[in-house]
Amino acid sequence: MKANIIVRLKPAVHDPQGETISNALKQLGYEQAVSVRQGKFFELSLDTDSREEAQRLAQEVARRLLANPVLEVFEVEVQG
Amino acid sequence: MPRFAVLVFPGSNCEEDVQYCLQDVLGHPTDLVWHKQTRLDGYDAVILPGGFAHGDYLRPGAIARFSPVMPAVASMAESGRAVVGICNGFQMLQEAGLLPGAMLRNRSLTYVCRYVGLRVEKAGSPLTETLREGDELRIPVGHADGNFFADERSLEALEKKDLVVFRYLDNPNGAAHDIAGIRNERGNVLGLMPHPDRCYEPALGTADGRKLFESLVAWTEQR
Repeated sequence: MKANIIVRLKPAVHDPQGETISNALKQLGYEQAVSVRQGKFFELSLDTDSREEAQRLAQEVARRLLANPVLEVFEVEVQG
Repeated sequence: MPRFAVLVFPGSNCEEDVQYCLQDVLGHPTDLVWHKQTRLDGYDAVILPGGFAHGDYLRPGAIARFSPVMPAVASMAESGRAVVGICNGFQMLQEAGLLPGAMLRNRSLTYVCRYVGLRVEKAGSPLTETLREGDELRIPVGHADGNFFADERSLEALEKKDLVVFRYLDNPNGAAHDIAGIRNERGNVLGLMPHPDRCYEPALGTADGRKLFESLVAWTEQR
């Protein structure tokens, strides 16, 4: 099974990298791009056929390692 | 005589500077301890040094926090002995939940490497035992992720409980409340971003770092 995990900064957390990207987009003429928030994407392959097991494992690794709960929130999507 | 342990992780690079300060400059037995060791028996204090433990991949300190030695670090903290994290070591203590907050990328998005001014906010901590509140020091920083972040409630708690030990005079990274170093409520776990291990002799620009290590010795001896 595969799981996609997106880790993003909490809305209240300042994102200097996102801001820099957003400024670059404006310089390129994309005035409509009002703001950018940067995050991380993980594609996790799991050696299990059980959707429930994959969901559980992906949640666990996201919670324990991939995201820092002080700064970030995460979403898990199991595929297949 | 207090005995010190300095942890060594794959990618840490300041362990020998810390050992040099404590052992060669101040004359206290100090061992380098590989991160796969699981015991820290017989040590009065442990220092988590700066560098790039486990390459800083994912987030600084995120992988190091699962190193086999970390449960022993947590027991030292629990037993009231001194646990000090410098720079990357501070980030590890945050990831391990031994200190609050987390480090964001520096506001400038650049690696900052220079001397900064620090004000001692709290005397009587493992690194400020022999200093006075209001003392000003010059200590170098060298980091990309030193922008201290905690939510409003945690910041309020840090201030109210008097847990901020060092504040920047000229905030180099955007850190909330100019925070450069904090301690836990019990007072024995301390993290700071600047590097006292890089300025312990006048030839290095200042010897202010030595005062912090002298404090660590004094704090440890009194307990």
